[in-house]
Amino acid sequence: MRKSATLLAALLLFANAARAQLTIEIIGGGANQIPVAVLPFVGETALPQSITEIVEQDLTRSGRFRAIFVGGVNPLPADPAQVNFADWKSRLADAMVIGQAQRLPDGRFEVRFRLLDVPKQVQIGGVAFTLTASQVRLTAHKIADFIYEKLTGERGVFSTRIAYVVKQGARYELRVADADGQNAQSILISQEPIMSPAWSPDGTRMAYVSFQNKKPILFVQNLSASKQPAPVANYRGSNSAPAWSPDGKQLAAVLTRDGTSQIYLMGTDGGNLRRLSFSATIDTEPFFTPDGQSIYFTSDRGGSPQIYRMAVSGGEPTRITFDGDYNVSPRVSPDGKTLAYISRINGRFQLMAMDLESRQIQALTDGQRDESPTFAPNGRIILYASDIDNRGVLAAVSSDGRFKQRLGIQAADIREPSWGPFMGN
Amino acid sequence: MKKAWFSALALALIYGCASTPPAETAPAPATPGQTLPAPPPVGVKPLAPSAVQTDPLKDPNSGLAKRSIFYDLDKYDVKDEYRPLLQAHGKYLAEHRSSKMLIQGNCDERGSREYNIALGQRRSEGVKRMLVLMGATESQVEPVSLGEEKPRCSEHTEGCWSENRRSDMLYGGEY
Repeated sequence: MRKSATLLAALLLFANAARAQLTIEIIGGGANQIPVAVLPFVGETALPQSITEIVEQDLTRSGRFRAIFVGGVNPLPADPAQVNFADWKSRLADAMVIGQAQRLPDGRFEVRFRLLDVPKQVQIGGVAFTLTASQVRLTAHKIADFIYEKLTGERGVFSTRIAYVVKQGARYELRVADADGQNAQSILISQEPIMSPAWSPDGTRMAYVSFQNKKPILFVQNLSASKQPAPVANYRGSNSAPAWSPDGKQLAAVLTRDGTSQIYLMGTDGGNLRRLSFSATIDTEPFFTPDGQSIYFTSDRGGSPQIYRMAVSGGEPTRITFDGDYNVSPRVSPDGKTLAYISRINGRFQLMAMDLESRQIQALTDGQRDESPTFAPNGRIILYASDIDNRGVLAAVSSDGRFKQRLGIQAADIREPSWGPFMGN
Repeated sequence: MKKAWFSALALALIYGCASTPPAETAPAPATPGQTLPAPPPVGVKPLAPSAVQTDPLKDPNSGLAKRSIFYDLDKYDVKDEYRPLLQAHGKYLAEHRSSKMLIQGNCDERGSREYNIALGQRRSEGVKRMLVLMGATESQVEPVSLGEEKPRCSEHTEGCWSENRRSDMLYGGEY
């Protein structure tokens, strides 16, 4: 909690809170959605904003839940003993959320909630939070994470953060926002392009590529620092495509200091440079496997851009993709089982998922220009860049391809998403 | 101020260097050795006719005025039609060892941004290699990539895409 407060304070130093918020539009429907009733908390109006509204939006937006109508309940229950379970059973709710909120003498707030199993008429769990007025959103996301985990068995990602680049006219901004796109803050503003943001595994730093010196240069910015960092890699030619090792101690990146684009390993300050790939062709877009032992990357060594894997310890790369003549941007799921990438099929760029064991491939999108996939830390959702009417938007698809949503900003181009890690509580 | 200068340069590049041969604009005739108007009569030493050499880099009539090379989709090989142009620049760099050049490789907007950085680098690298073969030294020429990030043409059409698949040669002071 203290960490996120520090982060927020640091971000506010940039004094350029992103004004235009992302709006979210849900496109497809998910299957097997759990019907859940999120009742307004007793005394909730004391809070600066409705906490249960955010909880309900988080849950439905995940595609895993369906919100049950909760109107006409009077008085609102704050305790399981006050719940008319028969009524909620007839409304077809499988689970329900009740709670209460109150202002504390020191000006902070207390919020307690309980998650109930309606058919069994028992409490599944409950938590009490003490929070300041500025922490309502974060608390709502944490409540949604709790519910998500209890009911699906997987960790929720509602309290994680995303980064993305917004282009408005000639102005580029690197922004960090809540996973639902709200609460966005600029961490870098430039008149030159910004690309390839990548979160450190602990969520405290961001690697990115900036063109502020008229060519691609690699930076690592501490999110709690208020000043522009020194470059991490600024060699002859281009410096780009950063990827963090899972232990956060190393970066893989693409440099051209020795000729064509090749993959190098370096410390997070740019020290201890070691060349990893040795080809006379393009090798780019490195991405570590979760065990840190291998790197997936894009190479045109076979005559067209395809995805390969190589061991970090060296050795001959193995080719992974064979269909078509343009397969790029490999990203491995957090469990290491799925490879998401972009494939050009009949001139359209689509998001694909490959089961790495069976090598079975599934097209997850049918867009024209889908790019830059990034897995949610629980692996259930893939965020990517897409476009509508030639304007860049972010889109998300569940990793089974069933549930889709779109995040856009009016009159701005939005691109280069990167989903941050789970943060400690 | 700097920006205006840069736009002027950009315009000069667009109109001076499109590879689809533009109608050569009538050059302002270079006039070295032009006689000066009669000097004022009293107490002033007449000036010798100045022998101003026109900078061939800025002379639209010179083979050096063109600065761009265009590519096919996914390709980075320099087409034969650009050899004379590269020959002229290689020769200029060989004769002007203090001149520096930045080559910016560009791509159209389709596909992976990072792959396009690598592809743009491959394009500028290829131009550099030919310039070195034609007389430039390694240290005179830095190839970089702008990927798809700085499109000259912003429509989403094949016409624009082919204009954006391009390497630009910029001399010191021009970037």
